[in-house]
Amino acid sequence: MSVLTPGRKVEKLDRLAELAAAPAHERGASLWREAWRRLRHNPSAIVGAAILGLFVLVAAFGPFFVPYGPTDTIGVASGEVRPAAGVIPGPSAEHWLGYDHLGRDEFSRMVVGARQTLLVGVVATLIGMTAGCILGGIAGAAQGLGGRWGRRVDTVLMRAVDMMLALPSLLLAISIAALLGPSLTTVMIAVGAIAVPIFARLLRGSMIAQATSEYVLAATALGVRKHRIALSHIVPNSLAPVLVQMTLTLATAIIEAAALSFLGLGNPDPSTPEWGKMLADAQRYIEISPGLAIYPATAIIVTAFGFTLLGEAMREALDPKLRT
Amino acid sequence: MARQSGSIAASVSERGAHRAERRGSALLDVADLSVTFAHRGAPTVHAVDGVSFTVDEGEVVGLVGESGCGKSVTSLAIMGLLPRRGVQVSGRAVFDGRDLLTLSDDEMRDIRGRDIAMIFQDPLSSLNPIVPIGVQVAEVLIRHRKLDRAEARRESAELLDRVGIPDPQRRLREYPHQLSGGMRQRALIAMAVACRPRLLIADEPTTALDVTIQAQILELLKSLVRESGTALIMITHDLGVVAGMCDTINVLYAGRVVETASRRPLFAEPRHPYTVGLLGSIPRLDGAREDKLRPIPGSVRDVLPWPDGCAFAPRCDRRVDACVGEPPAMTAAPGGRAYRCVNPVLAVTTPPAALAKEQP
Repeated sequence: MSVLTPGRKVEKLDRLAELAAAPAHERGASLWREAWRRLRHNPSAIVGAAILGLFVLVAAFGPFFVPYGPTDTIGVASGEVRPAAGVIPGPSAEHWLGYDHLGRDEFSRMVVGARQTLLVGVVATLIGMTAGCILGGIAGAAQGLGGRWGRRVDTVLMRAVDMMLALPSLLLAISIAALLGPSLTTVMIAVGAIAVPIFARLLRGSMIAQATSEYVLAATALGVRKHRIALSHIVPNSLAPVLVQMTLTLATAIIEAAALSFLGLGNPDPSTPEWGKMLADAQRYIEISPGLAIYPATAIIVTAFGFTLLGEAMREALDPKLRT
Repeated sequence: MARQSGSIAASVSERGAHRAERRGSALLDVADLSVTFAHRGAPTVHAVDGVSFTVDEGEVVGLVGESGCGKSVTSLAIMGLLPRRGVQVSGRAVFDGRDLLTLSDDEMRDIRGRDIAMIFQDPLSSLNPIVPIGVQVAEVLIRHRKLDRAEARRESAELLDRVGIPDPQRRLREYPHQLSGGMRQRALIAMAVACRPRLLIADEPTTALDVTIQAQILELLKSLVRESGTALIMITHDLGVVAGMCDTINVLYAGRVVETASRRPLFAEPRHPYTVGLLGSIPRLDGAREDKLRPIPGSVRDVLPWPDGCAFAPRCDRRVDACVGEPPAMTAAPGGRAYRCVNPVLAVTTPPAALAKEQP
């Protein structure tokens, strides 16, 4: 017989009390709420969420509290930074992460860069998700409910999507970015575009699976119209994987956006801090001040890791096979 | 979905042989309904092979048979719910003067749920898991009776109350997984009867439920049908279900009706050996201890293609030479009954006392 330590016991009692206290109609509630409950009890979800929470906080409010202007070349003005002579001071009490090669405060730039990174990641993901879901939704509904013509529509759309999927994603992004000229919008569109086929395939597949389910047959047997079946029955049941993919796409979007900036296809204004660009700039001084490369690289990796942790945890929480 | 295997070539139709004495205006008149599944690379399957039966206004009709005999496919074909691809439906299904098989998609959609509704076997998977019960019930009302949301909500609560769901206001807000199996089936029945359809098709409505709930659901269906005058097609493999509620019973085997009779004559004097076998395989609580169940030997897979003779012949213990060679015709008998057998079990051979424990 296992012994319950006081701590475990209290935990169990608390859970019981929670269950008993909740009004009956909320006790099991919807599947989304059930997924949320499981998410809260998953350690990797908590770690992921904590990382992301910190990241979002920094991105949103950090720029108001940075000690120095991110574009002020204070180090050069004061003579402390002389890159030509190979002098770039590292971390100190006043400058927590030291100076960059133009004598700007690296910490301030990191904080301000977080906002840029988050903005690009979120907007790119939203672009990709919206376009992908429209494409996939049309294809899925057409294939699932549209009869012979629907299947043709689906075939045409999906072959187009397959073509996009066939190209290596970064190559595609680079081509798009090169075509549109370097700018922040370009990066967002390019990174968003490579997520389109993924979302389209995902939603379509999930919708087709739902279209053959019993409840769709039952709704059809009650005379419910097709567009209503698609919108109010099939789509809501197909969104769980899209939500998971969104979180995972945010991770790749941040990495890809950084890659594009690194390659010089991002914001043409060199003074705007952006992690990928900072990483690119740091290359030339990696022997003098390796920290300049390590900080943005770590930030990119940790942020992407946070999104991935949360995404994987969400996948688990929403997995119908694990549902009790 | 029941799909029968076998390779029947040209089906020999026996249009109307047994339907001579049918009344003029039935609510639903299914005549020579055939459904074939043809998929590339797979043999063509005649799931339903010339099924004919009628349902009168307010009548309860049973379609009985083992799994795979075509009962579910018959109902889906009538409702127009079979997939288009690789499926061929022929025959007629005249409902209220209109042949359902020739109606357009839009016309059919208007009929479904309003004039003909269906109850499925598994109530959990027939309900949308992430939409509250109330929304799903209201959906039908809004669609067919053009109610607004508030009215539909009120009406939904009344409907749930009518099908015996306690505390309907609360249940309307709940999700399918929060309801018990019986409650779910009641909710589905509420959706089916929401527009007071003239015909209800129940496809094994109690199979997924436990025995005590089964009785309640059957009772509910019976009372709903009685109150509203709705006709009901009861699809089941369970003769016990049929015994309690059906007026007329059609026994299906391998996609064809093998025996049609009213309830009493069917149970008292089954003619077709398959019906006899079905009756003999019902467990009886009042039977003596040493009474063994007598299952029908073999399985539905052991069929003879109909054109080559009686499909039941390989499993039949009354088989005679005449069974093989050509399909047995439907033989009409007094009392509006008919059977498809060349060597039927006749009443004289059945001492009334041994009815339930049929010979041979």
